[in-house]
Amino acid sequence: MGFSFCNYRKMGCITKLENMGFRVGQGLIERFTKDTARFKDELDIMKFICKDFWTTVFKKQIDNLRTNHQGIYVLQDNKFRLLTQMSAGKQYLEHAPKYLAFTCGLIRGALSNLGIKSIVTAEVSTMPACKFQVMIQKM
Amino acid sequence: MARQSSRGGSESKKMSSELFTLTYGALVTQLCKDYENDEDVNKQLDKMGYNIGVRLVEDFLARSNVGRCHDFRETADVIAKVAFKMYLGITPSITNWSPAGDEFSLILENNPLVDFVELPDNHSSLIYSNLLCGVLRGALEMVQMAVDVRFLLDTLKGDGVTEIRMKFIRRIEDNLPVGEE
Repeated sequence: MGFSFCNYRKMGCITKLENMGFRVGQGLIERFTKDTARFKDELDIMKFICKDFWTTVFKKQIDNLRTNHQGIYVLQDNKFRLLTQMSAGKQYLEHAPKYLAFTCGLIRGALSNLGIKSIVTAEVSTMPACKFQVMIQKM
Repeated sequence: MARQSSRGGSESKKMSSELFTLTYGALVTQLCKDYENDEDVNKQLDKMGYNIGVRLVEDFLARSNVGRCHDFRETADVIAKVAFKMYLGITPSITNWSPAGDEFSLILENNPLVDFVELPDNHSSLIYSNLLCGVLRGALEMVQMAVDVRFLLDTLKGDGVTEIRMKFIRRIEDNLPVGEE
């Protein structure tokens, strides 16, 4: 039984948190990529997000990156930093989305400034593990 | 992955302070959208800071190994030299003691919260870093000190330095369980 981020979508506070994350993601990626080499392709960008970007923000890498090669990427963090202090299981699961919205925005903002328009959602079934799903929007 | 990812420690430290600065900026921006006037934003920042302070003090005491302060001067030293250093990476100087020793100023040469910030003209009464006042007040309240904290000078408003004024109001007497000091 996963707790979907979308259930909360209609609530204004989640949108605000997501938007704040977006703005921060934009700013961070601008600072962070000023000395890096040009990216080869979309996958290269996603790897950068999973590795360097995640390490900077959360002090660890994404544990697993999967893609269907059609614009959907799933980033799995088995020990997501904002959830580790909260629970190791299903307790407080209903509160998890509030702690993920900012990070969804962070990913979306970072990708946005790298020229990729996306929709990012998060899903948790057992804390502190969580999955971020990135759906690339073709422009 | 071929990309170079060997980054120095100082760089990653700088990045995390930028994460903090940018996140704080996003918070203030959001509050300015949510509330109609700057006074309300100031109030909200102070309140959020207070809620952070009452939690942060536990982290601080656990990590710093600092014992109980015996006077306000000692408190000032701990705040400036240990706490600001630990959480913001800066050491403000302590000046302008009142004769009674119940008031002092923290002078911040560079406030990390305001990196990349410019205040637009229509926010002249916004106290951008007001969260800090709440943090200090909340943290000190948890160690039985009621303190008034406010910004006197702010580099964002054209002052040469940023000055936070701290005034000791009273010691909070709480009912300690018998046998505990």
